[in-house]
Amino acid sequence: MKRQDDFETRREHLAALTDQELYERFWALAEEIVQPMLDLGYKNTTPAIERSVLLRMGFSSVEAAPIVEGVMKKGLMGKGCGGVVWRLAQKKGVSVREAGLLLAAGQEWDNIDALFAQIGGVK
Amino acid sequence: MKHDQTNNQTGNQMGNQMNETDNKMTLTPNKKLDLKEILTDLENYAPKRRGWHWRENRGQTRQIGDFEYHETSDSLLNSIPLPGARGIGGIDPQPDCVITTEIASGRFEDDIRRMRMAAWAGADHIMVIRTAGQSHYDSLIEGTPQGIGGVTITRKQVRASRKALDAIEEEVGRPINFHSYISGVAGPDIAVMFAEEGVNGAHQDPQYNVLYRNINMVRSFVDACEAKKIMAWAELLQIDGAHNANATAMKAWKVMPELLVQHAINSAFSRRVGIKPKNIALSTVPPSAPPAPCMRLDLPYAVALRDLFKDYTMRAQQHTKYMESDMREATVTHTLNLVISRLTSADIQSTITPDEGRNVPWHYNNIAAIDTARQALNGLDGLREMVELKRDGVLGAKARELKERAVLFMEEILAVGGYFKAVEEGFFIDSGCYPERSGDGIPREINGGVGVGLVFERDKDYFAPVSVHYGYNCVPAGFKSASEAIGGDTFEDRSKIAYIDELDAHDNVNVRLAEVAKYENSSIVKPEVEWKADGIVTTSIFLPLDARTAEFAAIKCGEKMGLEDVVVVHKRALHPSEGTLVEIKGKVKFDIDIKELVIPEVIPLLSEDEIRADIAKHPVLIVAGTVGNDEHSVGLKEVLDIKHGGIERYGVKYIYLGTSVPCEKLVDAAIEAGAGAILISTIITHDDVHVKNMRKIHDLCIEKGVRDRLILVAGGTQVTHEIAKEAGMDAGFGRGTKGIDVASFLVKAGRERRG
Repeated sequence: MKRQDDFETRREHLAALTDQELYERFWALAEEIVQPMLDLGYKNTTPAIERSVLLRMGFSSVEAAPIVEGVMKKGLMGKGCGGVVWRLAQKKGVSVREAGLLLAAGQEWDNIDALFAQIGGVK
Repeated sequence: MKHDQTNNQTGNQMGNQMNETDNKMTLTPNKKLDLKEILTDLENYAPKRRGWHWRENRGQTRQIGDFEYHETSDSLLNSIPLPGARGIGGIDPQPDCVITTEIASGRFEDDIRRMRMAAWAGADHIMVIRTAGQSHYDSLIEGTPQGIGGVTITRKQVRASRKALDAIEEEVGRPINFHSYISGVAGPDIAVMFAEEGVNGAHQDPQYNVLYRNINMVRSFVDACEAKKIMAWAELLQIDGAHNANATAMKAWKVMPELLVQHAINSAFSRRVGIKPKNIALSTVPPSAPPAPCMRLDLPYAVALRDLFKDYTMRAQQHTKYMESDMREATVTHTLNLVISRLTSADIQSTITPDEGRNVPWHYNNIAAIDTARQALNGLDGLREMVELKRDGVLGAKARELKERAVLFMEEILAVGGYFKAVEEGFFIDSGCYPERSGDGIPREINGGVGVGLVFERDKDYFAPVSVHYGYNCVPAGFKSASEAIGGDTFEDRSKIAYIDELDAHDNVNVRLAEVAKYENSSIVKPEVEWKADGIVTTSIFLPLDARTAEFAAIKCGEKMGLEDVVVVHKRALHPSEGTLVEIKGKVKFDIDIKELVIPEVIPLLSEDEIRADIAKHPVLIVAGTVGNDEHSVGLKEVLDIKHGGIERYGVKYIYLGTSVPCEKLVDAAIEAGAGAILISTIITHDDVHVKNMRKIHDLCIEKGVRDRLILVAGGTQVTHEIAKEAGMDAGFGRGTKGIDVASFLVKAGRERRG
């Protein structure tokens, strides 16, 4: 878009504001602009967020990547990759680390879907 | 903003102490950093602390040497003062703001040596730029691969650098903030690693991803929520990316309203995610530079920014947009930037190396930039007590106008349907001063960019078993917290961190160190500017030629001097035909073995008491003056006068003949007065006149038969003992000479003559 500087006409509704009122308007607008992005962050996840969760569960970046890839392929990102690993550990009675390493090695993926039907009290 | 010192100290003591490890290093000033020691047992290294550090005890009046300072912080245990400090007691006042330097040559093993030098110059914020392309790398990178235009940010490189800095901060006596970037498509991954590895600050601004890295905008903001949440927990100081708009826009001084908007979006967003305002720093750059009337343009902007963001932290960056290869010009621009910092405020004063317009910064230019900052900040100490900004004139009016323009910008963002829509319509980086629009902004598609389609809605049973997490998290029944389900995460138990050493057998630090092994712990040395033994040197050449011819003539000069890969790094025509200054860089082909050097021994000084006692027993009278047509008498007077600690202080009597004294007159006066020594000062070296005068005095003394009974001493900035001896003197003294040096020599020479 091209536009000549129309500041003088555009500012008319701001002209009477005190400095404090202008300050408050500035921040109110900023808050309004960022609210939708905060909502998106609340409701969604991404491969990077899930890798960051797996890192904090004690997996290396090399181990985390195939787990996230596998969960995406399974269409289970909405469950959380950390949640998938944790539930597998629960089901198999192994440590979280062992469960994650199985997934990272390409194993147990066929049993993943069933995890979410079997473990109650969550959904 | 002002930071409450009590809070800082509490913050550092409480909760921020990481696990104590027994593999800490200790440095001694006269020993080089031992890279092997840094790399040893790195898998078990834990950083000393977490969180940002502000300088201690700011806001106090402080007596340092002869002066009172009003804007300083605690002094360092070890530092190298500014050159000018030599004449004023060697003081090194530390300004109250944190001082940043950016060090990123691509090889962390070389950077850490530079970090140590920078810390000694007074930097306490070491920022590491990332390698080109890391933004688009969808994971952590591991090992120690070499970077391009920056360092590959990996856990091993970060940990090794932090380990070195943990030792360096002990050496200088002030905590050092380590800083890099949390951006790109692996932001949350990197945030976790930084929190675990004791990184203290990071750039994080999703707008940067969107506008400059073309990363999908939804992905960028969703990732940023998690990254910022982690940063808030680890108390990392966050720096935003607004300064990039200044560097990218065609007419940088026109984007000021947008800069305010970009700062506002990232600040409001970060605060809502949970970062404390004092840990949210605005990266603010004075947008223009001379020959633009930059103070008149930039000062209202600086004032408007500080009015609107009074709860936040100011990271004053230096100007780069109109930076060319002229280091002098860059330094003046940066000094003007520092005046703005002191006229308004700066919590963190960033520095840009003066060679940034030439190459990736070199060792000594980091130090030059830090020196510029502390020199100006020292010089401007307390300025605001005497000089006040006049708000009720053009300054206030301009600041108000900028704020209104920013408000109008945000109103239109909402009017078109919000931030994403505004980005799609190319609102940002438009070179028009909003509401003027030039139509040259950077538009991005909401359904485009790197990482598009990789945002997934969380289900009702979404679970992330970690202690720090943004957004919805369904903790299974029976657990008080999410991470309890896994018995604690790495933030609670760092023994769970998975450490990877190397993944690439060829591209790693061990291979690089092997290549320069002959320079490690040996007497073999080669010049360098960024990497060990890179062999690069620069030479300044003036040629009486036009610019174009001079450029090629200078390259030929470099080649004839034996340099390889000669490149012109700077060229400035002084006249279309009369002459051009060219600076070239090139590589030397040789090594130096320091064992083969002939280095004159430093002559040990006698003690003050011993000198006084000897002169009391054997009184010395000397005749002194600046010789020939030399009017420079300051240095000589410092060596003579009692009030400067000169030789008079030790009982030496002198007859001062003044300036521009003919050689004959000096010798005649010495004979007539029965003096035991002649002391000449000679600063001018044009056509070797200093050497000629020394030789003349010596010859005159022989001619008149008095050479045996007169001790001849010469001093001057370009005089060395060797030059003076060669020219017939008994001793020569150069820059930095004090009265005791000369007095000690006179006593020793007197003893020799007496036998």
